[in-house]
Amino acid sequence: MDAAHAVTASPRADTPIMRAPILRARGITKRFGHVEALRGVEFDAHAGEITALIGDNGAGKSTLVKILSGVYAPTEGTIEVDGAPVSFGSPADAHALGIETAYQDLSVCPDLSPSANMFMGREAVRPGWLGRLGFLDNASMRRDSAVAFQKLKVALKDMDAPIASLSGGQRQSVAICRAAMWAKRVVFMDEPTAALGVVQTARTLDLVKRIRDTGIAVVLISHNMRDVIQVADTVEVLRLGRRIATMPNKNLSVQDLVGAMTGALDAAAGLAEPEAVA
Amino acid sequence: MSGVAAAPPDGLQAPPGLGRTLKTAASSSPFYMGLVLVALVAFFSFLHPTTFASSFNVRNIFLDASVLLILAVGTTYIMIAGGFDLSIGSVLVFSGVAAAQVMLRYGNTESLWTVAMGFVVALLCGTAWGLFNGWCITRLRVSALISTLGSMGAALGGAYLLSDGSDIRTVPNALISLGHGSIGGVPWLVVITAIMALVGGIVLHMTRFGRHTYLVGSNPEASRRAGINVSGHLLRLYALSGLLAGFAAMLSLGRFSTTTLEGHANDPLEAITAVVLGGTSLTGGRGSVVGTVVGVFIPAVLANGFIIMGIQPFWQMVVIGFVVIAAVYADQIKRGKGERL
Repeated sequence: MDAAHAVTASPRADTPIMRAPILRARGITKRFGHVEALRGVEFDAHAGEITALIGDNGAGKSTLVKILSGVYAPTEGTIEVDGAPVSFGSPADAHALGIETAYQDLSVCPDLSPSANMFMGREAVRPGWLGRLGFLDNASMRRDSAVAFQKLKVALKDMDAPIASLSGGQRQSVAICRAAMWAKRVVFMDEPTAALGVVQTARTLDLVKRIRDTGIAVVLISHNMRDVIQVADTVEVLRLGRRIATMPNKNLSVQDLVGAMTGALDAAAGLAEPEAVA
Repeated sequence: MSGVAAAPPDGLQAPPGLGRTLKTAASSSPFYMGLVLVALVAFFSFLHPTTFASSFNVRNIFLDASVLLILAVGTTYIMIAGGFDLSIGSVLVFSGVAAAQVMLRYGNTESLWTVAMGFVVALLCGTAWGLFNGWCITRLRVSALISTLGSMGAALGGAYLLSDGSDIRTVPNALISLGHGSIGGVPWLVVITAIMALVGGIVLHMTRFGRHTYLVGSNPEASRRAGINVSGHLLRLYALSGLLAGFAAMLSLGRFSTTTLEGHANDPLEAITAVVLGGTSLTGGRGSVVGTVVGVFIPAVLANGFIIMGIQPFWQMVVIGFVVIAAVYADQIKRGKGERL
């Protein structure tokens, strides 16, 4: 406990932000057999903000995201949504609370149309007995998808062709818009720009900001420090399974972020290096 | 969205018009292969109007195609979901033998109740084999090719064991009259098959079950993340394929009055050929029942036409073999052009 406190204190700790987070995790530990992937992580995400989650490979970013989106159950720790403690048995439980995830890849079906992708797993059926037989309401799904795309200013080349015919950036937009359409509270985005070129990356980051502006909390997991500095409101840094810093994105530099991720800043500030995993 | 001032970009709001729908349909594989089928029919009818185009011959083509079409509808679902089912021919034989024995032992040859009992037995056997396939694939994680190859052998062996190695030729008269009867000149078998294909197409293209079949085939991992029970869906599809094989077994019994132990070894390959000719993707995610119907009739018409023209019918096998390769090649070219991957 005291060790956790020591490392939570950030060298750049500004005045503590006194707002209630929409998603709050405390003391999250996750063990896979003998491997301790997370060792008491704290995490906060706020409505209408982009929280970047950064850390070197193995810091525990994806494990944390999987726990917060219901894929894994934590070994220890508590998760609160709007101040109420919750436990997720499956991603569906997280979905029910308005928490969605857009993965870097593998999250769209290239052979189907944009609207089929937007509604995958949540297809709308027709009213009445046809709906009870499972008949799809394609017109309403297409209309609602078009509205969602328009709201986020995503102009797809073709609303009816399989999305395999779209560019990589547009396919990524479909995945992101789907998460945004269904999320009431939090959207996790796991490396949304990793596979994209320069222009498409800029467009995707704009899209991320527009989603933030709709008032939901966006959590951006990224390796690209320039992306993070460009869009994040707050940066949360993980190292060796712990949160070691929470930094408002004010005059941050790439060096600041890399320093926090690798521990160079702690060393400079004379803080104890978190002990290695036993 | 009345508050949005900017004009919606092209194609964003306007639903696809009739022209667009027709254009899409006209560039699809079923449409091309449909043209090939029409051309074949026109060609044979022109050369041999009195034999090929006679009502007797047309009836024969439809009857020959009907059992295969029922199997191929199941295979369409399986392949759109990215799977394979090599066991359907053996499962058909097994279900037929089991049903024939139950009807023989407990039934009355003139009673429709006996036929109904046979259907129940055949459908249960078929579904059981299908569930076994699905269990091996989703639980044991043995590939579909190997799982269904294994049950192809096992089901045929089981059929031989049940029948002591020789065909059961005693089939209830009530079933035979169903197999040979017709309504308004159209054989019952054809009517039943047409209904099955129609229902299969409607469910595939218009319902959530069908949509999940496409999604699971296109990207199983994404489907899982979207909350679709991928294993459960695959299990149901293999069960459906087995069920249809059981159903086809009864039609086959009615038509041939025997269990045709040796007659169905090629059924799975013929079904896969038909499904692929109809434009269903081998890697899953795309396909249609309409395409499969066309894909069943192309080889059937070709075989029949060659016989009528006095060409050795073996040529049909040669031609269809090359046509399948050409069809898949053309499909790849078309996709490579229109789509970035």
